[in-house]
Amino acid sequence: MKTRVEYDHQLEALKHEIIRMGSLVEQLLAGSMKALVERDYEKAAQIMDSDDEIDDLQLEIEEHCITLIATQQPLAGDLRIIFAAIKMATDLERIADYGVGIAKMAIRLKDEEYIKPLIDLPRMTDIACEMLVSSVRAFATGDSQLAIDTANRDNSLDALFKQIYRELLTYVLENSKHINQMMAFVLIARYLERVGDHITNICESVVYNKTGERLDLD
Amino acid sequence: MNKDFGLTKEFVLKNRAKQKRRQRTAFVFLYLAAGIAVGVLLVIIGFIFANGLKEISWEFLTSGVKDAGREGGIFPLIINTLYLVGLGLLFAAPLAVLAAIYMTEYSKQGAVISVIRFFTTNLAGIPSIIFGLFGYMFFTKMLGWSWSLLSGSATIAVVILPTLIRTSEEAIMTVPAGYKEGSLALGATKWQTMRKVVIPTASPGIINGIILGMGRIFGETAALFFTLGSGTEIANSLMDSARSLSLHLYTLAKQGISPGKSYATATVLVVIVLILNLIAGIFDRRINRYKENR
Amino acid sequence: MEFAMKMNEPAQSSRIKVRVSKLNLFYGSFQALKNIDMDIEENQVTALIGPSGCGKSTFLKCINRMNDLIGGCRVEGDILIDGADIYKDGIDIAYLRKEVGMVFQKPNPFEMSIFDNIAYGPRIHGLRDRKKLEIIVERSLKQAALWDEVKDRLHQSAIGLSGGQQQRLCIARVLAVEPSVVLMDEPTSALDPISTGKIEELIAELKNDYTIIIVTHNMQQAARVSDKTAFFLLGDMVEMGDTRQIFQLPRDKRTEDYITGRFG
Repeated sequence: MKTRVEYDHQLEALKHEIIRMGSLVEQLLAGSMKALVERDYEKAAQIMDSDDEIDDLQLEIEEHCITLIATQQPLAGDLRIIFAAIKMATDLERIADYGVGIAKMAIRLKDEEYIKPLIDLPRMTDIACEMLVSSVRAFATGDSQLAIDTANRDNSLDALFKQIYRELLTYVLENSKHINQMMAFVLIARYLERVGDHITNICESVVYNKTGERLDLD
Repeated sequence: MNKDFGLTKEFVLKNRAKQKRRQRTAFVFLYLAAGIAVGVLLVIIGFIFANGLKEISWEFLTSGVKDAGREGGIFPLIINTLYLVGLGLLFAAPLAVLAAIYMTEYSKQGAVISVIRFFTTNLAGIPSIIFGLFGYMFFTKMLGWSWSLLSGSATIAVVILPTLIRTSEEAIMTVPAGYKEGSLALGATKWQTMRKVVIPTASPGIINGIILGMGRIFGETAALFFTLGSGTEIANSLMDSARSLSLHLYTLAKQGISPGKSYATATVLVVIVLILNLIAGIFDRRINRYKENR
Repeated sequence: MEFAMKMNEPAQSSRIKVRVSKLNLFYGSFQALKNIDMDIEENQVTALIGPSGCGKSTFLKCINRMNDLIGGCRVEGDILIDGADIYKDGIDIAYLRKEVGMVFQKPNPFEMSIFDNIAYGPRIHGLRDRKKLEIIVERSLKQAALWDEVKDRLHQSAIGLSGGQQQRLCIARVLAVEPSVVLMDEPTSALDPISTGKIEELIAELKNDYTIIIVTHNMQQAARVSDKTAFFLLGDMVEMGDTRQIFQLPRDKRTEDYITGRFG
């Protein structure tokens, strides 16, 4: 006989909530970079609003997890997925905050001409979004190898951040007139680098959920 | 959820009314039956008391039988009856308890146990005159004990033995298995467990059985007819012929010696049996009190 | 050689108290336990879990040889307690059961006074000295955290106690014969949550002086009270490990299915 059908439904629903949140965050992050590049201030404003939905979703997931712990006494794999879900929701929410940060920068820079076309920041964003998608896929499919591989890509984000930082530093040293813009870009690069760290955390949660091992993937 | 089984409020209430009527009818019959049962008993006891109490005097209770019971009292017979009860139980009770222990605890379910069980279930229902005949042939003739207290109490022991084994067995079996396990798990032997836990726990039940056996001895005539004899003096030895209250009553009534003395004797017997049943009831309640707490 | 091995053993916690090897148990032709190997450490609580009929209670009863009472029960393999084989010929069962106490599912105080219940064990083993018995009764009741509740009515019937008190009385009765191992067969399954909590508290206390093996159907209880957990299924011991590991990351799928309630 199949037992705990309702409980299984709830765990499945929790998993879907995480996947949905992952996809929303990915859209937000990609959208904010698009708004920055295309100087689309309306879109930037929209993005700042859509963060509320993500915050609500995080609360919902936490509520859901607390209820499951209180009423179902989860153990073993069930306990791990709940613990992983709480951590992942927190990391995803932080990533969304960085996305919002980028959107804010886009609005702040609306009266300034960019001194150079944006290339490396969108590249970082693309990498981060790909990592995010594959980390969520690793969670959905329980593929811990994919999670480990994904986390390893964080190195390229770190490298890009360092590169952007040095590049912008040279610009500033040559001409301090654009210092406002330059600092904004450095901050954005820093945001994206942090996004990579949070994705690494998500990957660690995925591995824990699957194997119970607490890896340090940095 | 579909509610299409037809158990609507109207349906249920309609049937409820019918069931309530039936219940009332049933209760009327139950009260009636109980009333008749109690009534008959009260009438009998009342009849005996009404006829007997006026014949009972201090002298009747304390003096000996005179003129075959036409005169005097029943004092030696009370004493003889008590002797009979005492001896009968002395023979039967230890045997019954030991047999019950053996049957419940020691024997593997084999041939011996089936024989004993057959004995206990079937012999309890046999008319006691059969036991009387057996006692007459075996104790009185074969063993040469003649009509005596010994023959009588041996026979009566055989009469009550099956019931006594049965009740003891039941009492032992109602002792929860957990008690035995608890004792054995502390390192007690089977016999220690039996002696210190099982038997004490079962004792109210066993004693209850013994009291019922006593009642049986008080009331028994047929089995004693050919074995106990009819001596009206206090028995001085086991080999003396004696007469129990019931036998005396039988003789008085059958030979029409003295209706008044018959009723008086019957009254004494009824009182004794009532007291015994009262005591049995107290033990019964004690057992049930234990059971509630289990 | 043996001496050398003993020397190498760490002095404190990890000493093996009960060593079970290749244990098979048959009821007639039915095999109730299959090739069980288990090491039980001293002063630890080992929980045995598994669905009904998996053999965990049967296993427990092998350790104090209560299975001897069951007709047609045959045991193969070894159980060593402190290195001595308890199934060897000539072993004294009374002494074994004194050393390995047992607490049952249903509280089973005898229908006698509280005092006599506790003194029962020492008495059957021949102790008669009233003064000593009084000391034993007091100490055992204190150990079982029952003394304060019953000290004024030691000579009243034990049947009048509440279920939880009765179970603690039964624990005290076991402790009165100074065992070194205490077996508990679902000791709280008949008790309310408060009484259950008290018994669990007690188990944590007793661990310091006794080796405890507990059968439980309550997963949370196993998780709360035990150091080691063993999972039984259909007569096999599927998995044994640190309780933390069993409840967070069981190695066997069957263990996971059982403890997460998806068995069957």
